Amino acid sequence: MFRFQSRQQQRLDDGGQINRLAPINFTFDGKKFIGFEGDTLASALLANGVRLVGRSFKYHRPRGIYSAGIEEPNALVALRSGDRHEPNTRATAIELFPGLEAKSQNRWPNLLLDYLQINNLLSPFLSAGFYYKTFMGLPGWHFYEYFIRKAAGMGDGTKFKDPDKYDKKHVHCDILIVGGGPTGISAAVTAGRAGARVILVDNHPKLGGQLNGERYFLDKKPAHHWVEQCVEELDGLENVTIATRTSAFGYYDSDVVNAIESVSDHLPEPLGYQCRQRLWQIRAKKVILATGATERPIVFSNNDRPGIMLASAARRYVNQYAVKPGKKAVIFTNNDDGYKTAFDLARSGIEVVAVVDSRKNIPEHFEKELNEKDIEVIASSVVIDTYGYFGLNSVKIGTLSHNGKTIESNPYIVSADLLAVSGGWSPNVHLYCHSGGKPVYNDSIEAFVPGELSQNGHSAGASRGSFSLTDCLQEGHNIANTMAEALDLEVAEQIIPETNENTIVPIEALWRVPGKGKKFVDLQDDVTESDITLAHREGYVSVEHLKRYTTLGMGTDQGKTSNLNGQAIMAQEKSEPIEKIGTTTFRPPYTPIALGPLAGRDIGLSYKHTRRSAMHNWHKQHGAIFVEAGQWLRPQYYLNEMEQPSKENMDKAISREVQTVRTSVGLVDVSTLGKIDIQGKDSAEFLNRVYTNGWTKLPIGKARYGIMLREDGLVFDDGTTSRLDECHYFMTTTTSNAAAVLSHMEYYLQVQWPKLDVKVTSVTEQWAAMALAGPKSRNVLSKLLPTINVDNESFPFMGVREVDIEGVPARIFRISFSGELSYEINVPADFGEFIWQRILEVGKAYSIRPYGTEAMGIMRIEKGHVAGPELDGRTTATDLGLQKLLSSKKDFIGSKMMHREGLKDENRPRLVGLVPVDKKSRVKSGAILVKDPTLAPPVPKLGHVSSSAYLSPTLGHPISLGFVSGNIIETTKKIWAVSPLHNESHELEITDPVFYDQKSERLHD
Amino acid sequence: MAKYSIFNIIKNAFNEDKNWARAWRDPEPKKSYDVIIIGAGGHGLASAFYLAKNHGIRNIAVLEKGYLGGGNTGRNTTIVRSNYMLDENAHFYEKSLQLWEQLSSELNYNVMFSQRGVLNLAHTDSQIDAITRRGNTMRLNGIDAELLDEKQIRKLMPYLDFSNDVRFPIKGGLLQRRGGTARHDAVAWGLARAADSLGVDIIQNCEVIGFEETGNKITVVKTSRGNFNCGKVGFAVAGNTGHLASLINLKLPIESHVLQAFVSEPLKPMIDHVVTFGAGHFYISQSDKGGLVFGGDIDMYNSYAQKGNLPLIEEVVTAGLAMIPSLSRLRITRHWGGVMDMSMDGSPIIGKSPIDNLYLNCGWCYGGFKATPGSGWVFAHTIANDEPHSLNKGLNLERFKKGRMVDERGAGPFPNRH
Amino acid sequence: MLIINCPLCGPRDHAEFTYVGDATKNRPKNGDSSNDNAWYDFVYLRDNPKGLHEELWQHSFGCRCFVKVLRNTLTHEIIATGMPKDNLILKEKGLELNV
Repeated sequence: MFRFQSRQQQRLDDGGQINRLAPINFTFDGKKFIGFEGDTLASALLANGVRLVGRSFKYHRPRGIYSAGIEEPNALVALRSGDRHEPNTRATAIELFPGLEAKSQNRWPNLLLDYLQINNLLSPFLSAGFYYKTFMGLPGWHFYEYFIRKAAGMGDGTKFKDPDKYDKKHVHCDILIVGGGPTGISAAVTAGRAGARVILVDNHPKLGGQLNGERYFLDKKPAHHWVEQCVEELDGLENVTIATRTSAFGYYDSDVVNAIESVSDHLPEPLGYQCRQRLWQIRAKKVILATGATERPIVFSNNDRPGIMLASAARRYVNQYAVKPGKKAVIFTNNDDGYKTAFDLARSGIEVVAVVDSRKNIPEHFEKELNEKDIEVIASSVVIDTYGYFGLNSVKIGTLSHNGKTIESNPYIVSADLLAVSGGWSPNVHLYCHSGGKPVYNDSIEAFVPGELSQNGHSAGASRGSFSLTDCLQEGHNIANTMAEALDLEVAEQIIPETNENTIVPIEALWRVPGKGKKFVDLQDDVTESDITLAHREGYVSVEHLKRYTTLGMGTDQGKTSNLNGQAIMAQEKSEPIEKIGTTTFRPPYTPIALGPLAGRDIGLSYKHTRRSAMHNWHKQHGAIFVEAGQWLRPQYYLNEMEQPSKENMDKAISREVQTVRTSVGLVDVSTLGKIDIQGKDSAEFLNRVYTNGWTKLPIGKARYGIMLREDGLVFDDGTTSRLDECHYFMTTTTSNAAAVLSHMEYYLQVQWPKLDVKVTSVTEQWAAMALAGPKSRNVLSKLLPTINVDNESFPFMGVREVDIEGVPARIFRISFSGELSYEINVPADFGEFIWQRILEVGKAYSIRPYGTEAMGIMRIEKGHVAGPELDGRTTATDLGLQKLLSSKKDFIGSKMMHREGLKDENRPRLVGLVPVDKKSRVKSGAILVKDPTLAPPVPKLGHVSSSAYLSPTLGHPISLGFVSGNIIETTKKIWAVSPLHNESHELEITDPVFYDQKSERLHD
Repeated sequence: MAKYSIFNIIKNAFNEDKNWARAWRDPEPKKSYDVIIIGAGGHGLASAFYLAKNHGIRNIAVLEKGYLGGGNTGRNTTIVRSNYMLDENAHFYEKSLQLWEQLSSELNYNVMFSQRGVLNLAHTDSQIDAITRRGNTMRLNGIDAELLDEKQIRKLMPYLDFSNDVRFPIKGGLLQRRGGTARHDAVAWGLARAADSLGVDIIQNCEVIGFEETGNKITVVKTSRGNFNCGKVGFAVAGNTGHLASLINLKLPIESHVLQAFVSEPLKPMIDHVVTFGAGHFYISQSDKGGLVFGGDIDMYNSYAQKGNLPLIEEVVTAGLAMIPSLSRLRITRHWGGVMDMSMDGSPIIGKSPIDNLYLNCGWCYGGFKATPGSGWVFAHTIANDEPHSLNKGLNLERFKKGRMVDERGAGPFPNRH
Repeated sequence: MLIINCPLCGPRDHAEFTYVGDATKNRPKNGDSSNDNAWYDFVYLRDNPKGLHEELWQHSFGCRCFVKVLRNTLTHEIIATGMPKDNLILKEKGLELNV
């Protein structure tokens, strides 16, 4: 044990909440160190005497550890390496784990040499907003930007896929308590006893909050006894959940609070079954915000050196971590906090040179202890400057004049390697503000506190500006009882323990110390007092302008230690009170959160659902190459056993499939089409309103094609609907609009026409659908249905039959997308694969083949059917050549607005067929139609190619569908398709969009 | 106005920066203005600037209820591009892009317009067809566009997910190299400084609370800082358009929705372009300070609150990790929201209104930032001449009544779907 | 997260719902003479209030019911929910519009 101790020269021999029996190895910048269980990286570094840990953002000034919590502006390190690399991690919030690896950032080649230290010398030229005033000339900003970007940034980005997993968790409770300090614990005990369902979250590994960092006594015993006793009681209550290492980062609408639980960040890596972090979504009836307060620095010259830290942090290092952050300390304060610090440091064997108090009167109740410990107090004085490049070695002290604007007597220098600073405390009002609350300024504590109640979130304790421990304990108890009452629960008793704290003497604001030199307000972004005065001089005086112009509070700490100081200095410059200046908006997250838990498990292949039809496995086993259709996977084409995937084989396969359907028979999986079951006695009337054509006379056992418009008169979707029974219809929609059509119809039924007796239900997934198409399809069907007459008269075009196929109930629709005689067969999804296989077996005699979306697409182009590329939400029925489907005898959705002049313009592009004049050229979808391909831009555009078949195996040459302006169609037979992106242009002949069987004889026979 | 330059920076440095002048005045409002622009965001300020510069009108006030540049100008993802397909948009946004290219020197204020390239990814054949059509249209309009295949994209952006473990593989993309980003606040400040130097009064903390009308004309604009007589009035208040219009009983084809964005901790250069995902709503770029700037879809419900909710952020992040898996361990420092004036066809309305001397500049959806100089250019023209510029003719309010919508997405009259 | 009290299912996350929009628009009756302005108003124009907004949401990942919601667009506070036919503003009378 002595061996470890000897390496940790700043470690105290006893005390603290660390486990000296559990040494932990770690490295910083490649150097090996040892700390103890219970340490943070920061406390372990301090224990080993490491003071310099990073470089600042802009001037690359040497920086050390400034705080002991999540507010840390300086000590940002790159944690871990390789695929677990985490840049910009706060050393003060990293729990030490075995093998921890950390590196300093924003320096090159190393922390001591760092060549961009030069910026510190150039700083007179780099004041706030300097970049807005130059770099405007040639060669242009993009040139300068290259260098600026390299200099900016902090840590290195990540390059690899994250090996860790993330989860999400949803919980409900009566009372959510955020913060497990004295206020939160007290509230939890009362709420728990009252029987409320309580969740208490705290971002530390254990509860206690500020009590862990102080030498408080409760009922004459060290405070941790009380904490342990409360935790034991709460653990025993079934209605209370305690979540440690869980940071509530945002308070959203409807009293929903989100938190990140660090499940395994404190381990070298997650255990096999663990995720790294978990996102909590907490829906609370009431919220108690016991989020504490953050100490502020004071702004004075060179207030950023390693060795300068917040007073409360210095206390926490000696009290909680048993680490001496220095050997010889000066304390600089404007409130009582400095004295507490002096006593705790002195008690730990640190030489306290002086307490420099900017106030005139030293609180009397400290005198006894000051005398006992022989600590000098220098009243009405301030720290003017500090010295020591890589770490503090001395401090200059002077007396403040009456008005606080100058230094009176001769300043003097004392040596010190630790300067603990307290400028007062700012309540952590972040979550309150997220919830919609507006903070107000409180003069007595010189800070913003919560204003009016927002949602159901009540602030208590230090987070509402009550800094005395007794007040915190009492407020936690009181608010919990108030809430219990509001929730109709019995109020609970709790005896508030007695504390040993002194009366608090009010703070006297001291925002900045007079004098020259770099006085940092925002340590991370290197915003100085002079940047703020410059912003004021130039008129960037609103707090938001101030922030944006100087970058005040824009670092990873979001200005937790700097915002108020900066705003106060601006207020002084403007000679206005701070409350008038206001504060910038507090935005979530409270502390930075990783992206991983926000995505949870929805990564990689699970990013979006993959929908597969009932026949998917068969396709996969039979050479199908799949294509994405929305979330669906569909067979694009099928390769033969001997064929390898290649462009040639793809072309071959597609041609083969088309020819099979055109000459014999094919089978295609159309399960992805939207299917909607429509029932009710007003179904026909409803369809009549939804579709543009007439539906009242459709007989039972018949299908009809229809198009739907949106209310604005443009085409929404198309498909067939069949009448299965008197009051029972079955609708199909396009694959991509399936969900939208259902919602569209539900909207009209529930909101506009609630009196119609109609019910609609999606049955897309209940039915597997396949189209049996080709001149021999009837032969296959009749073999499949030996007992049913399927000849043209008994089962005519657009006929619908409900039959049994080998015991499987099936609906057969004689409809056609391919232009051939065709039957669409629907069977319950569970039987999809069985029937699919049966059809292929029966069809063997006719050389049946499955075909994919490519062949289907080519055949629909040959037939001039419109699909997705034509139904793009901008086309009218007339544009698509479907004007004959617009009934003039009735009203339907869109019938009123489709007559607007712009939609009836003769010059609107209309659907045409397009054939390359050379009968060979492959014209790309997305090519633009122009009169002359040699024109220079801007070129008048006459239309575009919407769908292309590079080869129509049926016609023996490529064909396309496209849109051409109405006025051109009348006068022109030829047009050019240009694709400047591909440097291509082809002359095309404009034809009828129906290339194949224009009289539709094949599908009627 | 003292010129900004490297020489002046050096000169002032020797004087501890004590001699820099105010970037713009804080004037006492006058009683009467020839033109009152409501809204001192990028659009309002650009309009005032070009009214003064191009049209010689100097008695102009720009009224701002908060601080200038505090609306969407200061809370967007700073993307500038002109990759539009429909003529009404394409030529307008291209003009705007051309103005961006000159803006820093025109304003003598570095707006950090960085032409780093904007890439739209495509993941399916039909998306390739769609970007082909868009890119071809751009090229025929004289706007730069390149179609990249997977290999070219891999070379340019190796951090995208090209593995087999990906739901929607990248098939190609449309690159506009002249597109990029700009420093949003600097645009507002540069415009404010330049307009101010031409005599424009920018009046902050001045909320419009009503209007007085005579005949079909606005005669007085009533504000929290007094009443002003006016010759002409222009609205340039983005998400607040609906509210402002209600003060004069005007209903518009606009809904206000909240759009969120978020930024990561600062990092060394990692992403050198603007990239948009094709299989979800997500776009990303890296600011010069090092933060990754993320954006996605709107929250979907009407809102005037400049804050959103987490589910949308989760959705955007999920799309982000689908596109760039290595983002997973990086951290967000801040997320915020802006109020978007979503129009019924996804395109802006910029032109005359049913009231004789009122001009509208609204309906920017989430594309307003890139339009800033172009919007000011044509709005100034429209106000000065009482008729639209040829570039905003098609972007009029009447188009909805006439059925001449400018619907790039084909989403129809559903403002939250554009 | 907004929590919407579905009249059929109880309080549910808004992520289960799809936003439809302004619930105050009246669709001109079918069969009306073609009143262009009424249709223009219905399809395109919106009050877009800053304050109380009566709107429709569909409980898409629940009962698929269209739910009427009275919500403050400035604070996102939900004041009341009901069925499409309910007039929530009347129900909550005393509430001042356009807060």
